[in-house]
Amino acid sequence: MFLSDKSSEIFKIALYSIDKKLYNNNYSLETGRLPICGQLPNKGEMFMGMTMTQKILAAGAGLDSVSAGQLIRVKLSLVLGNDITTPVAINEFEKNGFDGVFDKSKIAMVMDHFVPNKDIKAAQQTKQCRCFACKYDIDNYFDVGEMGIEHALLPEKGLVAPGDIVIGADSHTCTYGAVGAFSTGVGSTDMAAGMATGEAWFKVPEAIRFELTGKLKPFVSGKDVILFIIGKIGVDGALYKSMEFTGEGVSELSVDDRLCIANMAIEAGAKNGIFEVDDQTLEYVNARVNRPYTVYKADEDAVYERVINIDLGAIDPTVACPHLPENTRDAAALSDVKIDQVVIGSCTNGRISDLRIAAEILKGKHIAKGVRAIVIPATPTIYREAMKAGYIDIFMDAGCAVSTPTCGPCLGGYMGILAEDEVAVATTNRNFVGRMGHVSSKIYLASPAVAAASAITGVITDPRNI
Amino acid sequence: MNAKGTVHKYGNNIDTDVIIPARYLNTADHSELAKHCMEDIDTSFVNKVQKGDIMVGGANFGCGSSREHAPIAIKAAGIDCVIAKSFARIFYRNAINIGLAILECPEASDKISDGDTVSIDFDTGIIYNETKQEQYQAQPFPDFIKEIINANGLLNSIKSRKGN
Repeated sequence: MFLSDKSSEIFKIALYSIDKKLYNNNYSLETGRLPICGQLPNKGEMFMGMTMTQKILAAGAGLDSVSAGQLIRVKLSLVLGNDITTPVAINEFEKNGFDGVFDKSKIAMVMDHFVPNKDIKAAQQTKQCRCFACKYDIDNYFDVGEMGIEHALLPEKGLVAPGDIVIGADSHTCTYGAVGAFSTGVGSTDMAAGMATGEAWFKVPEAIRFELTGKLKPFVSGKDVILFIIGKIGVDGALYKSMEFTGEGVSELSVDDRLCIANMAIEAGAKNGIFEVDDQTLEYVNARVNRPYTVYKADEDAVYERVINIDLGAIDPTVACPHLPENTRDAAALSDVKIDQVVIGSCTNGRISDLRIAAEILKGKHIAKGVRAIVIPATPTIYREAMKAGYIDIFMDAGCAVSTPTCGPCLGGYMGILAEDEVAVATTNRNFVGRMGHVSSKIYLASPAVAAASAITGVITDPRNI
Repeated sequence: MNAKGTVHKYGNNIDTDVIIPARYLNTADHSELAKHCMEDIDTSFVNKVQKGDIMVGGANFGCGSSREHAPIAIKAAGIDCVIAKSFARIFYRNAINIGLAILECPEASDKISDGDTVSIDFDTGIIYNETKQEQYQAQPFPDFIKEIINANGLLNSIKSRKGN
């Protein structure tokens, strides 16, 4: 996109004077960006390098280039909803007289929040989704038995791939940035519009680049990384922006770690979180995805709002104290906090590697007297894998309850509601007032390792001290 | 388009879990949702709110979940407009998509007090505080957003686009 406003012009001149090579590279065919008019721009005109997110959005909009702040309409690879948000979308869809979906293979409905249904009203809502999915022959409708927590299920099923543009009527839809997709949470009306048209409008975001270096210490995981970052930038530190994770440290993070980190981008206010695609991503994706996809890389001269360097090796087990995810402390500093309940699960931390570390810590031990621990494998596949690996036995021997997949306790729906003044350590993603139950209850967000260690001691515990 | 009403003021990071707790999300009925709006931080809100009132928040209003039930509950409770220092992005989208007017205005967010009477001219973005006799200038909507609002919501705007 040619730049016309004054600030961009000033930036352009500044860039030219700083690095002529960078300036000239803007015209490189290798970057894959061609002028909109099909000709090389004149001197004084140039393209801004694009971030990874901007490149995906440009492709989705059928444009050669986009820049931050631009309003665009893009084609969608997938439209997602769950049993809470889909009924509102269906109501809007039907109220407005739509009588068909844009592509029945590109809509996913996952019944996970209050499912298996917690009460009659929830059952009615799920029934409404089921009937709609049946009427329009939706390919990817997941109900009890097949369903898992949506953001664990979709990557596992190969429904999201690099370069995809995904909207989901669930704020943690940003999870799929872990595999190099642009994915973001929207509301039910956007979902309805997406189902009808296969399109959505976006304001192109600017991005913060997180340059990851180093290697995680033992017992430190993606959860500690994202809590550490939110503690650093705040719950609105990335408001409206992309969080792009790059650098040599990316390869030190497992795909599960990346899914966890991208999942919580929304807790910093971000539009999306996205990781550079590497061999690990491709190995994960190629084992699951059965269709062509495109890998996008940020331009070398992409413009970022700021760059934040994160040394993975400097991060210790981190906990977010009530009532905001930005209230972070080292787990080791919270050993005076007595707990009543532990929840290990959710779209953030219900994957097999989460259960593995929890099982390693709980093996041969028993949870503290007076503490309840609930473990929720996020999908049936993860559940079965945990069962085969002996983790379910370990959890049950330790005194934990193990549940079928559900979002239930994370949002105070059911399956582990907190009473007045109770304290929970949860591997979930939000510790807002009343989120998991009574308004006076308190939630400490932590990794599965911290949660498992805390279940054993009855106080918040650094897993390295067990 | 104008609004005028009494202000209900709240702080920073008002999240969608306090706007409408998840325990009430087993229904999509607007009036049911309205009955529980803000109850986890202000149990008196639903009793004192009058049709046409204004809600004022601090930074990052509407953070958290994507639940459209949040702006729906606020609108169905009688609120005509939410003014805040900044909005979380999904809430911002959802409010526009369902036709709840929202204005970003840090000055108004700082200066307006709970209980003030405020009038708003949406065409100019001018917020007038009748109690304090002060005027604040809000960010007007970009044209793209105006089109959605003028069409009375996203789905209507899509229908009219298809019709054209």
